[in-house]
Formats: sequence, C-alpha cells, structure tokens
Amino acid sequence: MTTVLATRSLVKRFGGLAATNDVSLDLARGARHALIGPNGAGKTTLINLLTGVLEPTSGTILLDGDDITSLAAHKRVRRGVVRTFQINQLFNALTPLSSLALAVSVHLGTSTRWWRPLGDDAAVAAECETLLARFRLAEVMDQPVHSLAYGKRRLLEIALALACRPRVLLLDEPVAGVPEGERQEIFETIDALPAEVSILLIEHDMDLVFNFAKTVTVLVNGAVFSEGDVATVSQDPRVKAVYLGEDDAHG
Amino acid sequence: MGAPRRPGTFADPPRGSGPAWGGPALGPAAAPGAPLAPARSLRGYARWRWWELALFAALPLSWLLLPSQALLLNEIAIVALFAISLDLVLGYAGVVSLGHAAFFGFGAYTAALFAKNVMPDPIVGLVVAIAASALLGLVSSVLILRGSDLTRLMVTLGVASILYELANKLDWLTGGADGLQGVVMGPITIPFTALKGFDFDLTGRTAYAYTLVVLALFLFVSRRLVHSPFGVSLQALRDNRLRAASIGLSVLLRLVAVYTFAGAVAGAAGALLAQTTGFASLDVFDFHRSAEVLLVLVIGGTGYLYGGIFGAIVFKLLHDLIAAWTPQYWNFWLGLFLVVLVLVGRERFVRPWTWFSLGGKR
Repeated sequence: MTTVLATRSLVKRFGGLAATNDVSLDLARGARHALIGPNGAGKTTLINLLTGVLEPTSGTILLDGDDITSLAAHKRVRRGVVRTFQINQLFNALTPLSSLALAVSVHLGTSTRWWRPLGDDAAVAAECETLLARFRLAEVMDQPVHSLAYGKRRLLEIALALACRPRVLLLDEPVAGVPEGERQEIFETIDALPAEVSILLIEHDMDLVFNFAKTVTVLVNGAVFSEGDVATVSQDPRVKAVYLGEDDAHG
Repeated sequence: MGAPRRPGTFADPPRGSGPAWGGPALGPAAAPGAPLAPARSLRGYARWRWWELALFAALPLSWLLLPSQALLLNEIAIVALFAISLDLVLGYAGVVSLGHAAFFGFGAYTAALFAKNVMPDPIVGLVVAIAASALLGLVSSVLILRGSDLTRLMVTLGVASILYELANKLDWLTGGADGLQGVVMGPITIPFTALKGFDFDLTGRTAYAYTLVVLALFLFVSRRLVHSPFGVSLQALRDNRLRAASIGLSVLLRLVAVYTFAGAVAGAAGALLAQTTGFASLDVFDFHRSAEVLLVLVIGGTGYLYGGIFGAIVFKLLHDLIAAWTPQYWNFWLGLFLVVLVLVGRERFVRPWTWFSLGGKR
C-alpha cells in the first residue's frame, strides 16, 4: 500500500483549544477511509488543514512524500487534493455549466486564457457533458446557481470537486441535508470513481460509513481515538461508548 | 471501453436496481460531429447579442449624425471608458474602490506631461499613459489583495488622495493647483498607414472620433476578456474566493492581473481627457471623479460591461438637462433620482409598465 496523503503530529490550536491534537494519519492510494467522531471532534478542521484553508500550528502534511505543509491551497488542488464543503460553497451568479467548465479548464491548464471564449474548448464541453449527465444537472445547466433548489446545489457541490479530477478526494458530509432516498445515489456515484482515487469521508450516517469505508479513523477532542478496519472499529466497545452511544450503534 | 481510465473519470454506471444517475454521457442521440448541448450552451454565453451589435453600430453613427454635440459626446465616451474599467474591477472581480480616479488622473497627467515635455504625438502619448497606469495598477494591486471591503475602500481612497497631493505639491512638474497648462497636441498620425494630419479642432469632432476608436477597442478587448476562462474565473472569485481556490485558481494572481488591466483602461480614459482638452488639472484625481464613476456604474448596472456606457449617457444627459433647468440644485435632483433608482430597482425602473402592477408577481 502506498501512502498518498499523510500527516505527521499535526496540531492546530485556536487559543487554548487544540482542535487538532497530534494527528498522524495515512491515506493510502485508493483508500476508502472514513473519519468519524462526535460534533466538535475536529473533523472539518483536519480537512481544512489538509487542503490549506488553515495553517497548522505545528506538524507536517505530506503528499506523495513531499512536504506540502505550507503549500498554497490552490496549488494543492492542482496536485490533485480536492475537497467538498459541508456547507455549499458555490459561484452563485454563474450557471452550473460555467462553474463546471471553469473547474475543468483549470485542470486542463486553459484557465489563464483571456482571449478565446471558455466555450471554444471542445474538451471542456465534453467533460461538462459527462458531469452534468452524471449529476442530473443537465436540465438546469443554464440557470444561475443561486436560483437552483437545494438538492441541485448539493449535487453541483460534489460535481465541482469531481470536475477537478481528484487523486485525493476529501468529502465533508457530502449528503448533509440530502433526503434519505437520494443519499445512496450520491454514494453510488462516489463509488463509481476509479479505484486509484483515494477518498477521505466525513459522515455521520453510520450505515453509509460502514457500507462505504474500508478503514475508519475515530477522532475525539482533536486526537485520534481509534483506527482500524470497519469491522474492528464498529465492534470496539470504547468507540461505541464515546461515539455511537452505548445502547445501539445503528439506532 | 477497455482503455484505462484517467483518475477522476467515471467508471461504468453503478449496477443494481437503484435509480440511475442519468445514464452514460454520450447516448445514441449524440450523433458524431453534432455539437453537444453543453458545448452549444457554453458557446451561447459568449454570443453577440443584438443590442451589443446595435451599440457598436451606434458609436460611429453618433459621430456622423450629431456633429454639433461632439464635445458632450466626447465627455460621455471618456466617462464610459473610465466606468468600464471600474466594472472590470468591481462588477467582475468584486473589488470595491473609492479611488479609481488614481488611474484616471495618472493617465491624464502622464499624457499631458509626455505631450508637453517629450513629444506631442497623441497615439504615442496614449500608449505611454496606458503603460504607466498599468504599472500603477500592478504596484497598487498589492494593497487590495487582503482585508475586507472596508479596508479596500479606505486604501483605494488613500491612494487617490496621495496622488492628488503629489500632483499638488510637485508644482515644478505638474503646475500644482493651476493645473498643467500649455499642453499642445500634435495631429493624429496612425502608424503604418497613410492616415495622418488629423488636427484636434474646436468642434471636437476629431477628438470624439479618436475617443470613440479607443473606446471601441477597449470595449472589444474587455468583451473578449470577460467571456474567456480568465474572465469567468474573476466572477467565480467574486462570488466565492474560498471555492475559487478550492478548484485550483490562484485568486491573488488573478486579482493582480485584472487590477493591472483595469488600471490601463482607466489610464487610457484619463489620457483621452487630457489630450482632447489639452489640459490636466488636480480635478482628475479628485474624490468626486471616483464617486462619479461609481454613480455612473450604479446607474448603468455592474457586471455586464455595458453598464458604464449606459450609465455615462444617462448621467451626463441628466446633468445637462437638470443643470439647464436649475443650475444650483442639480445635485438635489440627481440624489432623488438615485434614491428612486435604488429603491425601485434598475430592472423595474427601466420597465415603467411594471411600476403599478400588483405585488411582487411578474
């Protein structure tokens, strides 16, 4: 197993609070890795550190063995580390089509062109076609994003990340606010990603976590509490105690 | 489909009985060679609208049909160009500015000084002024990269004030409070052609033709720019900087680039003013210039490039109409107009038949 993304003794303090406390995590190539923990355990902070939105207080982040701890956020994306947000972060005045086309043009290296229109690039349009169809956004592709229904915006949130061609995909509660029936569909799409893409998932729905993930890391108070394969972690009585509730894991 | 997939492309659709995700991308409906729907749509975003063509056609027509109004039209065209520059910064990139006159004034003084001290050729002077203002944009862009809108308002205001005072104090160079007088422009000679010897005359027709050509050129270039991937990325970082960075865009570099370009455009507008009036005074750096161009853009609308032109026309015509009627109180009526415009909303304001329709329904 090759490690793609790793942290070594990562610490992030906000004043006296250690939101991330000495976290060393390995994300293997092709991982289906879930990050769980109670509210306030520091899951989103960890993703913010991995993507460069926040700077760590100490510790290092390694991508393919290179130290990327102080690499700018957009440069990490260009090296394949892409995320989605728990709360939609979209371009409200653009359309889904132009949002996706822009993201595609970034990884195709044409986003600095300033003379030829965005729509002149056939490769961009072809990739947008695939993404729009996949995420059922084709019928709303020309509407401004701010006018879309929540469900569509949620799909666009995830489609935008996939438009960046991730090698490492960090999903921060991708199905938050999505109706029960549609959650499975989103996960099927994520499952359909190529096996070599490494995925780190934050999710509260334990059924989804245990269906999707092969490895689970439990964070409590910013620190790694437990780590292992799904079967081990889901049976670990200590994990049940702190996170799942002592009565019933699947309640 | 036996080829190895690149990372990030999709595997085959998931099997099973669950609802499908819209199926494969290229169904049998997409005949080979036929444009895909998104391709058509994407190209449509940059397509010329009829009113854009009409506007470009109206530029030379205004020169032909309104010869007696050339001086007024020249003023309008210069303000319009200035406002296009602000629209790129404010409307597209979302950077607020209360000191855009810094670039306008810098272009004006550069052009006037160049004509007076180096050579009187207008086109060479214009190019020099554009380059100088672009450089000013590049240097001052560092100041607007970080901080909130409020800091940007203060910083841009500050830069314009500093330049104003510099122009005031360096009177051996700029003429100080008296302005830079005795600027004599040579005739316009278009390089690499036999077109030469167009003197700036008292009717202002040569000046207006010159301004129109520069306005049309910058409008065309700006139009290419805003429909390009670079232009779309500006709107993206205006809407959401966090996400713009999260799809791999270098937010700061792009802001530097657009601020530099906008500096060049505003500098061109200032240079046109100095060259066509043969004069540069402290007025070009004054706060009211920055405020006026903001008003013009608010009147015409931001974020679609033509707001500056419509706004400049409405603003100057209002000014002339009201000032002719009641010279002392024109600011009162302008203020009232702005309040009504903002309250009613531009969309409704330009559609008077909707003013008295019921409720918010349309």
